[in-house]
Amino acid sequence: MEKIIRFKLNGQEKNLTLDRERMLLWVLRTDYDLTGTKYGCGEGFCGACTVLINNEAVRSCQYAAEDLDGKEVLTIEGLSKNGKLHPLQEAFVKHDALQCGFCTPGMILNAYSLLLKNPNPGTKDIINGMEENLCRCGAHTRIVQAIRTAAKEMKGGSQR
Amino acid sequence: MKKDDSWDINFSNLIEQDFSDNSSSMSLKRREFLKLMGGGIVILITVGDPLSLEAQRRRRPPLPDDPNAFLRIGEDGRVSCFTGKIEMGQGVITSLAQMLADELDVALDSVDMVMGDTDLCPWDMGTFGSMTTRFFGPPLRDAAAEAKAILKELAAEHLKIEQGHLITKDGIVYAKDQEQKKVSYAELTQGKKIARRLKQKAVLETPAEFTVVGQPELRRDAVEKVTGKAKFSGDIREPGMLYARLLRPPAHGAQLISVDTSGAKRIKGIQVIENEDLIAVLHEDPEMAELALKEIKSQFKTPEATVDDKTIFNHLLKVAPEGETVSQGGDIPTGEKLAAQTVDAIYLDGYKAHAPIETHTAVAKMDGDNLTIWASTQTPFSLKDQAAETLGFPPEKVRVIPPFVGGGFGGKTSNQQAIEAVRLAKITGKPVQVAWTRAEEFFYDTFRPAAVVKISAGISDSGQITFWDYGVYFAGTRGSEHFYDIPHHQTVAYNSSWRGAPGSHPFGTGAWRAPANNTNTFARESQIEILAMMAGMDTLEFRLKNLKDKRMRRVLEAAAKQFGWTPAKPPSGRGYGIACGIDAGTYVAHMAEVEVDKKTGDVQVKRVVCAQDMGLSINPEGSKIQMEGCVTMGLGYALKEDIRFKGGEIFDLNFDTYEIPRFSWLPKIETVLIEDRNAAPQGGGEPAIICMGGVIANAIFDACGARVLQQPMIPERILEAMP
Repeated sequence: MEKIIRFKLNGQEKNLTLDRERMLLWVLRTDYDLTGTKYGCGEGFCGACTVLINNEAVRSCQYAAEDLDGKEVLTIEGLSKNGKLHPLQEAFVKHDALQCGFCTPGMILNAYSLLLKNPNPGTKDIINGMEENLCRCGAHTRIVQAIRTAAKEMKGGSQR
Repeated sequence: MKKDDSWDINFSNLIEQDFSDNSSSMSLKRREFLKLMGGGIVILITVGDPLSLEAQRRRRPPLPDDPNAFLRIGEDGRVSCFTGKIEMGQGVITSLAQMLADELDVALDSVDMVMGDTDLCPWDMGTFGSMTTRFFGPPLRDAAAEAKAILKELAAEHLKIEQGHLITKDGIVYAKDQEQKKVSYAELTQGKKIARRLKQKAVLETPAEFTVVGQPELRRDAVEKVTGKAKFSGDIREPGMLYARLLRPPAHGAQLISVDTSGAKRIKGIQVIENEDLIAVLHEDPEMAELALKEIKSQFKTPEATVDDKTIFNHLLKVAPEGETVSQGGDIPTGEKLAAQTVDAIYLDGYKAHAPIETHTAVAKMDGDNLTIWASTQTPFSLKDQAAETLGFPPEKVRVIPPFVGGGFGGKTSNQQAIEAVRLAKITGKPVQVAWTRAEEFFYDTFRPAAVVKISAGISDSGQITFWDYGVYFAGTRGSEHFYDIPHHQTVAYNSSWRGAPGSHPFGTGAWRAPANNTNTFARESQIEILAMMAGMDTLEFRLKNLKDKRMRRVLEAAAKQFGWTPAKPPSGRGYGIACGIDAGTYVAHMAEVEVDKKTGDVQVKRVVCAQDMGLSINPEGSKIQMEGCVTMGLGYALKEDIRFKGGEIFDLNFDTYEIPRFSWLPKIETVLIEDRNAAPQGGGEPAIICMGGVIANAIFDACGARVLQQPMIPERILEAMP
């Protein structure tokens, strides 16, 4: 039984035809070739597949594509606008907040969702908010610094 | 799963290669090298080569000495740098470019790294052992220096100005006093190879002349990685590519009794392969392949388990081969007579997973009788040979292209997943991706081995260590030799490799970031603090009293200064610990502060200071990131990581039960680099992880008096050891 799911992907309207249950991770990676969203554990434990749905961070490996109807998805590819890096991306670059880079898209999107909810997080808030995203290289210290820097940037020039 | 044993054996020889004899006077003549290399390069000079002995021993081609093998100047002035090394987070994509840019006198921004591509890059043994800067760096610098010298020769002819009156800067050769007289490297080479060779060896820059080397630089791959554009092996898309899932045994050593693939075959668009040991399902949609795998009915016969994660240590001691002496001095019985107090202790360490966030992945594509492989691998050139051997192809028909690797830590060296993809691509005639699931990643990981260390040592009345009798079982020898000033000592290794002889480990083991050294440093530095406590001395004072090595004294003093160490007798209740060690030519000293919950045994590491002497640091920012990464990753093996198993069955197959460090574990990390621009650069990716077990063990003891002799130091073990 086919159904058509209508949703927005990085700002663009999409119609996706589904004939069975599919997970968003694989839809993104195969149907739309958005490979910035990574498979890390397949069970929602690591956060490498994190994307935003209606501004909430979700684990795309656990998210059924049929639940997307009418929603907005943001992947790492949609974060920079007009070739300009998002302040979070800039802060990750500036702080060298990554090593192998495999967990990075998930880290950035999870941080983005965190900052949308709490634009002025303290270090403890950042740690709590990032706790379920895993990095094996040990970039954690710099990721926390990058999120703090980005938080300041995102609040706009007036508060700097 | 077929595992070609001969490969394993060959490979273990490679990765355990001792590089200490690089400067040996023995060397093959250049022309003989060229014969080994084959293929139309005509160079008639005969010179020694620091890698010659290695090359001879491994019957592998050495690095060529032709600058064109390392670099190419494009018509647009951009410089391609060719290296067989791969980028997996350790940052050589930046530091190698810095070395080239400095020696060639081009802007760092103009350098493009071409890494690990077996068609384009010079042969390389593999990216491991913190060897990139130490062993690829010098020939890369030689190549750049020679290229620059030839470009100057060409410029002199072009500008009709004597070479002595020319200077180079940012890819342009200028007349010294008339800067309008100039010619760029790009104009001189016009995108072609540099045909000329230098008659004499090119003169290298002195450290005082460095302008790019030694400067902190940000990662050059960061923008790609924060935008999702960076390609990893699983991101490669080839027309008609099939995703494969393979049938796996429930335990290592299990035998397939029966298999029924009829259910899988009913799935539309599925291809089922049953080829000897290889049973796989392939589909254009990875989720359909997964579904098909679940439809396969199989029966395995699993051998009876004889060991588990509790009994493994007795088992290892029982099956240990005879010891090999690693180092020896004086005479142990004499040292024992001189001792006023002695202590024997046995240290244990369990199996650890590499657990990179990117699982082993590969795409293989047949194109006529050419094979291309994209793989997450630390050893692309080994993979090329493995693939050629698997298919019976000549190696020149195989090309390996490693995209970015999502973490390796020593675990991506055997290439099993890539060989699976190669076999399936050959059978199906289509491009095939094999991407291991997290469970497969844990199951087929070559774990850091479980190991035992036995130490007997004694001190005199004045707190001098009089003897040191050290036996290490199954960890490996790296880091097993002490560096203290001890008159009577011996270090003996029982199974000197991190790969066990058959019958020792129930599954694969291998190199894990700073292999062997994590276990050895934990044991040695714990024992040192026990001796300090017996002597009633502050542990820094005790170390310095028993230490003549100037470099080690210097890193300890640097760490103490940053930490603000004040003397006290352990256990002082402050929760302070020290550990120091040597790895990959680099000296490290750590000081830590921990808090132990005496009711629950929970440990929070509050602060870690890490001082490091790595000689010249090519990229101090990159070095510090590696130090921070080492400290953070090291929290895992010290406190939580431990593979649980019964026989060949692995119980920890995902991150729900196998805990790796998280944000909440983070201590405040302070790194101190001891700058030594005139010293040769040493390893950077591994050294700072080796002390993490020891420094935490010692800090736990200082906090609560619990001497924990087994890694990981989980709460139960701490409570059990509490006085």
